[in-house]
Amino acid sequence: MTDLPLTGRARPDRRPHTLAEWRAEGGYEAVERARNMAPTEIIDMVEAAHLNGRGGAGFPAGRKWRFMPERGTSPGEGPSYLIVNGDEMEPGAFKDRFLLEALPHQVIEGAIITARATHADEAIVLIRDEYRPGIAAVERAIHEARDAGLLGDLAIRVHPSAGRYIVGEETALITALEGHRAVPRKRPPFPAQSGLWGRPTTVNNVETISLVPHILSLGPQRFRALSRTEEGGTKLYGVSGRVQRPGLFEAPMGTTARELIERAGGVSGDGRLRAFQPGGGASGFFGPDRLDLPLDFGHVAKAGSMFGTGMLIVLDGTACPVGFLARHMRFYARESCGWCTPCREGLPLVAKILDRFAAGQGRRADLELLQMTAAEAAPRGRSFCDLMGGAMAPLASGLSMFAAEFEARLAEGERA
Amino acid sequence: MSLSPDLLARIRAASDEHGGPRAAMLEALKLIQHEHGWVSDAHLAEAAATLGVHRAEMEALASFYSLIFRHPVGKTVILLCDGASCWLNGAEEVREELKRRLGIGFGETTRDGRYTLLNVACLGGCDRAPAAVVGRDRRLVGPLSPAGVAALLEDGL
Ligand SMILES: Cc1cc2nc3c(=O)[nH]c(=O)nc-3n(C[C@H](O)[C@H](O)[C@H](O)COP(=O)(O)O)c2cc1C
Ligand code: SF4
Repeated sequence: MTDLPLTGRARPDRRPHTLAEWRAEGGYEAVERARNMAPTEIIDMVEAAHLNGRGGAGFPAGRKWRFMPERGTSPGEGPSYLIVNGDEMEPGAFKDRFLLEALPHQVIEGAIITARATHADEAIVLIRDEYRPGIAAVERAIHEARDAGLLGDLAIRVHPSAGRYIVGEETALITALEGHRAVPRKRPPFPAQSGLWGRPTTVNNVETISLVPHILSLGPQRFRALSRTEEGGTKLYGVSGRVQRPGLFEAPMGTTARELIERAGGVSGDGRLRAFQPGGGASGFFGPDRLDLPLDFGHVAKAGSMFGTGMLIVLDGTACPVGFLARHMRFYARESCGWCTPCREGLPLVAKILDRFAAGQGRRADLELLQMTAAEAAPRGRSFCDLMGGAMAPLASGLSMFAAEFEARLAEGERA
Repeated sequence: MSLSPDLLARIRAASDEHGGPRAAMLEALKLIQHEHGWVSDAHLAEAAATLGVHRAEMEALASFYSLIFRHPVGKTVILLCDGASCWLNGAEEVREELKRRLGIGFGETTRDGRYTLLNVACLGGCDRAPAAVVGRDRRLVGPLSPAGVAALLEDGL
């Protein structure tokens, strides 16, 4: 089980453990251990384990936690917060759903330990409303842990969200929790200085939090050794799209797409791999030449894409990449919070043009407009948050990787 | 029909729990929807008055969040995923068959008030694509096929 620390205890039907069942499997031992450790000792361990955040950006968890002020040292009054981000809406991502539904006590354990390390008085688990089975499972786990006195003085609750992808962006999430439209905020100040209600706040992804207890149980060396690369631990990879058996696969960090696609039963459709996104909808495409790249944040970034959520989307030789891109852009256009112009106005335009191309009504000038938009809007700082830049990644790489398909669609349009 | 005294009390309690009336606005909308299935103009105004916020603020919030319904919805809400993995696995055919059988488009409710059909962001059901989430308890169903749509609807949901 230790080579699958994250999912080894999950049941095939996803039925969550009761507290007694979880404890029989070694549950809450890591929490006991953390109780006798100083917050800095926990952070030291997490840093030594090389745990990178699994929510998309891959930021080192330990380093993030160090920004949190000790109790009584931040100006003003009020609690410090830990927010567990379970908004999961990135196209292609379905890992946090599983962790919430099948292993809720693992999330609570991670939250207790992380709250201790970050001096947080309150923890909030934000879960998207469509994940009601997950919401119910986590609420029950909290209830059981509280009754058993395992929470100590930590206040913890679930906050069901009310829809919209942008709520997952950490500053928009904070705005949403304060009861407003979920519009991102400027950083700095970073949430660790001024987050929820202006109080020090840490935001971590469900998978990141779920890994924390295992660092304490295994020790940082063994945790690191689970990985094939410099980035510690296992990763809950996912493979979907044109594969025979889409699914989740916990595997060493640094596992390759070739291995993962094989575990998913191979490419479906015509059986030929045309391209894949290595890290969810907002990651640039890779071709078959990247099948043997170790998939972690560092390697994927170096190869020109983004590891993001670590969820692969696979295109076979018969999938229409133009239509696929159009679908993605429709999503990002709709989910734009509307705050800044390039994103609010640019994405619907891009989506409309792609729809036209997919329908065989593309125009040469439109293709140039797409290329220009992808180049101009992609760099950080051109829009207020990473939604727009994220959307531009598949567009930019798709325009070059699928140039032939775009030309073919163009020719169809010119014939018509 | 105005909000019940019990619901109003819960909205006031939410204001205390969530750190003030503004922070409780979304919670109030959720409470109303939980009881009535959707949020009417009259109910929205009543909740705003109860919290002492402007109804335009409440409206701004309600119109932002996709799962706060500002129109009546059917007994069973079908949230059909329009994510890319579902698209790759035939979501468009399923969508067309659903529309055909129900006789409605996205954002609409069948005349008998049984079903509302909505398209939503990736549902985290890519391993069961094409997928949908149905009913009050948001049950995940999939992989769907055009041929399976009839059975899904007959299931009573
Ligand atoms: C548009 C957008 C949506 C995001 N959605 C999520 C999400 O659903 N879940 C998540 O954990 N992180 C999401 N993120 C990343 C968060 O902003 C943040 O980096 C993350 O929650 C931090 O957790 P980690 O350090 O454990 O990775 C999103 C980012 C952007 C720009
Ligand atoms: S980039 Fe898009 S989602 Fe982000 S703040 Fe601007 S409009 Fe909102």
